[in-house]
Amino acid sequence: MTSSPPSHAVEMKDIVIRFPGVLANDRVNLTLKHGEIHALLGENGAGKSTLMSALAGLYKPSSGTMRVHGELVDFNSPKDAIAKGIGMVYQHFMLVPTQTVTENILLGLNEPKFFMDLPKYDQKIRDLQDQFGLRVDPTMKVWQLSVGEQQRVEILKTLYRGADVLIMDEPTAVLAPQEIDELMNTMRSMTKQGKSIIFISHKLNEVTAVADRLTVLRKGVATAEGMDIEGLTGEKLAELMVGRKVIFRVEKKEQEPGDVVLDLREISAQNNKGVRALNKLSLKVHQGEILGIAGVAGNGQSELAEVITGMRGCEGSILINGEDVANTEPSAAIARGVAHIPEDRTGVGSAPNMTITENTIMKNYRDQPIGNKWSINFTEARDHARGLKDAYDILAPNVRTMARKLSGGNLQKVILAREITTNPKLMVAMQPTRGLDVGAIESIQRLLLEQREAGTAILLISEELEELLTLSDRIAVLHEGKVMGIMDAENADVKEIGLMMTGTKRSDA
Amino acid sequence: MNLPYTVIFEKRTEDYPKWLPAVTSLASVIVAFIISGIVLKMIGGDPILVLKFFFSATFGSWAVFSDTMVKATPLIMVGLACAVAFKMKLWNIGAEGQFYMGAFFSSLVVLIPMVNLETTPKFIVIALMVIMGMIGGAIWGFIPGYLKAKYQVNEIIITLMLNYVALYWNNFWIFDKWSDAGFQMTPQFEKVAWLPRLSDLAKEYKAFSGITLHLGVVFGIIAAIIIWWILERSHWGYEIKLIGDNPQAARYAGLNITKNLVLVMMLSGALAGLAGMSEISGVVHRLQEKISPGYGFTGIIVAWLAKLNPFAVIIVSILFGALIIAGRQIQPSGIANLLQGIILFMVISSDVLLRYKIRIIRLEQEA
Repeated sequence: MTSSPPSHAVEMKDIVIRFPGVLANDRVNLTLKHGEIHALLGENGAGKSTLMSALAGLYKPSSGTMRVHGELVDFNSPKDAIAKGIGMVYQHFMLVPTQTVTENILLGLNEPKFFMDLPKYDQKIRDLQDQFGLRVDPTMKVWQLSVGEQQRVEILKTLYRGADVLIMDEPTAVLAPQEIDELMNTMRSMTKQGKSIIFISHKLNEVTAVADRLTVLRKGVATAEGMDIEGLTGEKLAELMVGRKVIFRVEKKEQEPGDVVLDLREISAQNNKGVRALNKLSLKVHQGEILGIAGVAGNGQSELAEVITGMRGCEGSILINGEDVANTEPSAAIARGVAHIPEDRTGVGSAPNMTITENTIMKNYRDQPIGNKWSINFTEARDHARGLKDAYDILAPNVRTMARKLSGGNLQKVILAREITTNPKLMVAMQPTRGLDVGAIESIQRLLLEQREAGTAILLISEELEELLTLSDRIAVLHEGKVMGIMDAENADVKEIGLMMTGTKRSDA
Repeated sequence: MNLPYTVIFEKRTEDYPKWLPAVTSLASVIVAFIISGIVLKMIGGDPILVLKFFFSATFGSWAVFSDTMVKATPLIMVGLACAVAFKMKLWNIGAEGQFYMGAFFSSLVVLIPMVNLETTPKFIVIALMVIMGMIGGAIWGFIPGYLKAKYQVNEIIITLMLNYVALYWNNFWIFDKWSDAGFQMTPQFEKVAWLPRLSDLAKEYKAFSGITLHLGVVFGIIAAIIIWWILERSHWGYEIKLIGDNPQAARYAGLNITKNLVLVMMLSGALAGLAGMSEISGVVHRLQEKISPGYGFTGIIVAWLAKLNPFAVIIVSILFGALIIAGRQIQPSGIANLLQGIILFMVISSDVLLRYKIRIIRLEQEA
């Protein structure tokens, strides 16, 4: 029959979620027991957030059933999910900075009706805090709070609304280590009082420290469903997350790397939130070599690329052909032959309302023959752009087409064409093939290999292990802003890389 | 019964032809005139008569056209000032204050005086006034530019507030220091500080007698050409557009954004300051309280209606100059304001035509 044991807080069965052209979740099962912490793991884009959004009422599954406390549910909006006691703590906080903690918690509720008797509600919230050990002064304004405190407000918000199932979307990503410990204590105290928690993470140590069971997703498919944490090894987890794949290697010419081009010495830097993202990181990249950087997103990759290209300040030294360019402007890096394929093609790599021509001359508009002393020769610029359009096979009506009208792959080719024509000594490529179709991926990869043959030192940062193994000469694994290890791509062990990505080193290594 | 046709808006997938903005803008001005006509008819006026009068009062003869151009002259320069700043998405709404500072600084040449006005040749006095006027405006642009570059202070607020500072700064000097017998104005400037007018040539060419058009209009046109060249041909213009379109990309491309920010605000201020100089030296011939009926603010509208194109700024300025003149002649004067408002609405809404294609399609006849 359709009833299920009431001991299950949530039961998701055969969930399929389909977006146009993408199968985000393919028949996934997830059972959350009462009072447990259930970890949900997977790489970026594995479908974790999508699955949880369905549980929080944001998307409707294409097929499959969901039960909450044994009751069959069909959510049409997040409101329905909240009514059933499901609360989501988002990674990006949804708080009003100028209002107090209490005001933020009460926002959108029917109570208080007209008169704001705030002290009364401050007390209510203090009581709730005492119950779960979530310390934050209810009368403080949100902007005065630390990130960790803001997160507590988010948790309090869901608890105040009567949630007994909490979904926490990468709650540790924004926290400092001691804050993470505090959060874990809170999670344990919540489950002791009957709450059930789904904990999204991709950090092995956190999962083993706090979770009871885990579910792992890979490309929308569950590779582990409700597996016990006990006895789980790092190797096993890495295998579940990354998978063992037959790796197809494209033609890569044998070549000896030359002199050191990029020499990073003990680089430390902070991310935009002021949290340390790079931690005394040292690396060398040689002429004619592709050094791949593997790692789970958010372990310092973006900051590494930005530090080298002069877009972010840092401690330590960055030697490019022997010259220190740490803490300079991007122009200093450009002048020393550093090309940059940025992670964000539309937000950083191009000007959306300018033409292909204007986008291709971004770095050489001052150089002959395009640039004269004061002016730009637009006839030359257009010829230059036309040449690139043909050479790189950029599909667009003409070179007057605005950058925002190009597809991702064609825009990426514009960026790559522009960067390659600067004859770089060093190229920093961040996620160069992300979101592109197969054909575009192949041509971008081929261009990178051509650059390697031309003697450029290339730092390739990617979340696609397969891509790194195909293109790189060596692979460095980044974890929490540190290099966990460097290995030859030729005989790299995928499992070992996966292990390092989660922050563990094989003891015998 | 339903109509057998329906109108659909289709998002343009490719770029619109280059001539389209000009056509839609012109069409919207015509539509604005038609709507104003309907309003006039409704309140019992004679729209045809008003329209005829509008054109005869503004473009009807060389004399009135010259008056229109005199009004258009400061608008051209102020409009360019706004257009340059807006290109970089710097919201300089302080052209009014920069205008006043330009007027004040150029007046200093005469009021201090900085040179011996009896012996110095006219062209040197005028050149000095031009330079001083532009410096005055540039200083008033530098302040908000520097504050934004250095401390991320919102330029809208600073430029707006500096308008009042400039106004009262001016008032202080004309009331207290250089007042002409207690009136709120300085004594009239010596002729050497007047911009040449066409009427100065009346002796040689009879037709020019009474024509008040002064050299300032040439400054405006030269400024438009230079600004066009800067924006469309120079390195600097490319940088301005790149920063305006995507500051992140500009930083990535190695541009110095803070330097450009200050420079563009200074250029913008200098243009508005030049307008102030031209008005002082070409029309008023003295520093006084109300030299601008809000040119600095009209300049914002001019720049937008011209879609930040320097040459279109000239044309739009002439239209607005005509509206100012007509407003003086037509009673009640609100009619010109009405027309101005409707034109603004029409031109702004015509933007839809640039982004969408409008199609009229025949509905399938239902059986």
